[in-house]
Amino acid sequence: MKTIDLELEIWRQKDTITAGQFENYTLKSISTDMSFLEMLDVLNEKLTREGKEPVAFDHDCREGICGTCGAVVNGIAHGPEPGTTLCQLHMRHFASGDTLVIEPFRSRAFPVRKDLMVDRSALDRIIQAGGYVSVNTGGTPDGNSTPIPSATAELAMDAAACIGCGACVASCPNGAAMLFTGAKISQLCLLPQGQPERRERALAMVTTMDSEGFGNCTNERECEAVCPKGISISNIARMNREFVKASFLG
Amino acid sequence: MELNSRVPTGPLAEKWDNHCFASKLVNPANRRKFKIIVVGTGLAGASASATLAEQGYQVTSICIQDSPRRAHSIAAQGGINAAKNYQNDGDSIHRLFYDTIKGGDFRSREANVYRLAQVSNNIIDQCVAQGVPFAREYGGTLANRSFGGAQVSRTFYARGQTGQQLLLGAYSALSRQIKSGKITMLPRKEMMELVLIDGRARGIISRDIISGKLETLTADAVILATGGYGNAYFLSTNAMASNVTAAWRAHKLGAGFANPCYVQIHPTCIPVHGDYQSKLTLMSESLRNDGRVWVPKTPGDKRRPASIPEAERDYYLENKYPSFGNLVPRDVASRNAKEQCDAGKGVGSTSLAVYLDFAEAIRRDGEANILKKYGNLFQMYEKITDSNPLHEPMMIYPAVHYTMGGLWVDYNLMTTIPGLFAIGECNFSDHGANRLGASALMQGLADGYFIIANSIAGYLGSSDLKSVNTDHPQFLESQKKVHDRILKLLRSSEGGPEGKFTVDEIHKELGLLLWDHCGMARNKEGLEKALAALPAIQEKFWKKVYIPGSGNELNQSLERAGRVADFLEFAEILIHDALAREESCGCHLREESQTEEHEAKRDDANYSYVSVWEHQGEGKQPQLHKEPLTFTEVTPSQRSYK
Ligand SMILES: Cc1cc2nc3c(=O)[nH]c(=O)nc-3n(C[C@H](O)[C@H](O)[C@H](O)COP(=O)(O)OP(=O)(O)OC[C@H]3O[C@@H](n4cnc5c(N)ncnc54)[C@H](O)[C@@H]3O)c2cc1C
Ligand code: FES
Repeated sequence: MKTIDLELEIWRQKDTITAGQFENYTLKSISTDMSFLEMLDVLNEKLTREGKEPVAFDHDCREGICGTCGAVVNGIAHGPEPGTTLCQLHMRHFASGDTLVIEPFRSRAFPVRKDLMVDRSALDRIIQAGGYVSVNTGGTPDGNSTPIPSATAELAMDAAACIGCGACVASCPNGAAMLFTGAKISQLCLLPQGQPERRERALAMVTTMDSEGFGNCTNERECEAVCPKGISISNIARMNREFVKASFLG
Repeated sequence: MELNSRVPTGPLAEKWDNHCFASKLVNPANRRKFKIIVVGTGLAGASASATLAEQGYQVTSICIQDSPRRAHSIAAQGGINAAKNYQNDGDSIHRLFYDTIKGGDFRSREANVYRLAQVSNNIIDQCVAQGVPFAREYGGTLANRSFGGAQVSRTFYARGQTGQQLLLGAYSALSRQIKSGKITMLPRKEMMELVLIDGRARGIISRDIISGKLETLTADAVILATGGYGNAYFLSTNAMASNVTAAWRAHKLGAGFANPCYVQIHPTCIPVHGDYQSKLTLMSESLRNDGRVWVPKTPGDKRRPASIPEAERDYYLENKYPSFGNLVPRDVASRNAKEQCDAGKGVGSTSLAVYLDFAEAIRRDGEANILKKYGNLFQMYEKITDSNPLHEPMMIYPAVHYTMGGLWVDYNLMTTIPGLFAIGECNFSDHGANRLGASALMQGLADGYFIIANSIAGYLGSSDLKSVNTDHPQFLESQKKVHDRILKLLRSSEGGPEGKFTVDEIHKELGLLLWDHCGMARNKEGLEKALAALPAIQEKFWKKVYIPGSGNELNQSLERAGRVADFLEFAEILIHDALAREESCGCHLREESQTEEHEAKRDDANYSYVSVWEHQGEGKQPQLHKEPLTFTEVTPSQRSYK
């Protein structure tokens, strides 16, 4: 089993209102087969045994699908491996002696709750503004009554693959949530089911995005670079077209 | 404890219709007067919350995660079954019903399973209408695949992310109702206690995960949609927060717990690689369509797989089960892998793995074709293990995956506590002793979208419920109980960590005990040993666990400790149940009950019943009740895969 030694600088913050600071830790003999979160588990077990407070961080599935985990590692949201969530990042991508600077996803719209945990509920509120098709349970037509070309379904699926982790926001110099919002708007405007509410949806979701304190897109493309699911910025272009059509064409 | 399954009369195919007709309704204008708490926002909880809110009830939804969209259901990969028969390959409601009953090894209730098959088709229509991007054929119709050994193609899927897409569909419906003000959504809350007034479920005590504050919520009915208890084993494919707490608290207040020993162990997971390991990752079962399972013939053979010649490999599934080969059901594949490893033939650094080899399939179909089918799985495997399955065989090992057992419910999905309902994986209702692939998503959404609203109306419409508020003495008492319990959890930490154990250390100890003695193969001696070993672990926990921090703040160690405390108690009925069921059935082998060829032997004469456990008070033996199972439409047959 190959192991490495690491220096960690981790952001520690008691709660939303208290100021935070970096603290340094040394970890020895970390197996390179570990995931990043398992490395943090090991640190936390160590801190606990020393009577110190473990580092709070969010996580659940540890399979790269729930979007719960996330931190900025050496300046990159979810760390250095492209297309990978923090929970799927493995320690073999680091070398012995490396220093890892680990901090929360920072953004005006994401208040820090504790250490590496942030509040991303603003993303939920963007969905609540219109990220759905207004159908009640029951009385829906047969699934095959509206054929959808396979290519369209695939394109919608590309957008729908977003896990809502917020890395796009954390990596954007403007703190924009355009990739997240664009992905949902795209999924629904590509599908026939999304047509009836197409305009209201684009207007409502974009307006909420602004009012929640997310910034604007200036084509930095950082969001696309860090997205663990490879969501394309063509979704932002599509959202912009939808928004323009909805605002000017009424 | 009275177990009245309330299965409606009449022919099987008409029971659900008859029941809906006979059941009491609540008129639309009155619905807003009723408050319903839904605990959990997985497929079952999110779909139930949205549907009840659409109908006009006042719904409060709570979940542990920071957003309802992150529930464990999000991780399901393979697909969801429905009896649409779009492929014209002979599927029907009756066939889906039959396959599910047979798959469950004749240990589930006919009427519930039939209803599940009936509403399965509505689920697909509902999800399509929400904009779930299911896979499509070139002509635009919905695509299907065959899954988990089914002989028909009835599984609908969205790439390898079906659970994600279905959950996001339900979450979108939930979000719409949050916006309309009919659902109060409370994320980052954990239910700590159920509150009963006059014997009925009338609310819960929850803990705010951020502030640590205890909160009370009143209701006219409470729905638990809190998922399965696989994490009792520490290592499983479940998400880290999956737990038994809500169900266990309800159990201790009188809800019967059914078939806790039915735990499904999935054969194709990435093996454990170190003691720091936190969870296990599932590799889709579909891999067994092309991969060949083998181990070296000689125990202890540590050569690289490529250096082991054909003649020295044991393709044990193909040899033992010539007609099914590598495609034997989950339990048979899992058990045989363990058997090989127990015999010293396991591979890899821990010797707890077997090979799943694609070399022959690659020679036959070419790399490109294999990658087309399994490219994303190979990638995921490589990401975790740093090994490319195109060049060396995968290593796999079984892992705890799904729990068929759960709170006992009647046909209305109501537990033995009036006003307390259980839906999704947290009930026991539809999968008997073994769940078929792609059926859990179906059941969660059937319960949530199509069944629970009817049951709730029936209950509310026929019950005389007095109004209650949070200063009712019972709420105060329950809140105090939770408060005291948290203090008790923290007590052992007072003198500092010296000589103490972390929560995870004790959880791992419990997990190992269960895995060793209450896993895929069990025997009386091992189970009795486990039962005898349990009190010492419980005592160690309560006397020597070290939890940093306090209860009045965000404290992830405390959260885990509360869940582990409940797993430790729950383990007792899990083992008792396994001990009492002296037959092999479904996903587990009881070693004393085997055929001459060492295959599982079910014992219908003595065990054709649902085991339902009743809590008798702290320190007392739980009591076993039985709901007999009778079959009128199907004739139980013994499985054979030879
Ligand atoms: C890796 C994997 C792959 C799978 N693939 C498939 C598949 O392809 N097809 C299939 O049919 N099935 C599959 N399954 C099984 C299926 O995903 C689950 O059985 C199903 O999603 C369970 O849904 P649920 O709604 O019952 O519960 P969950 O999704 O587990 O949701 C539980 C909810 O309850 C909440 N909760 C729990 N306890 C509390 C508490 N005390 N207080 C507050 N909230 C609480 C949680 O926060 C969560 O919101 C898979 C399972 C796994 C692990
Ligand atoms: S923990 Fe779920 S995506 Fe990382």
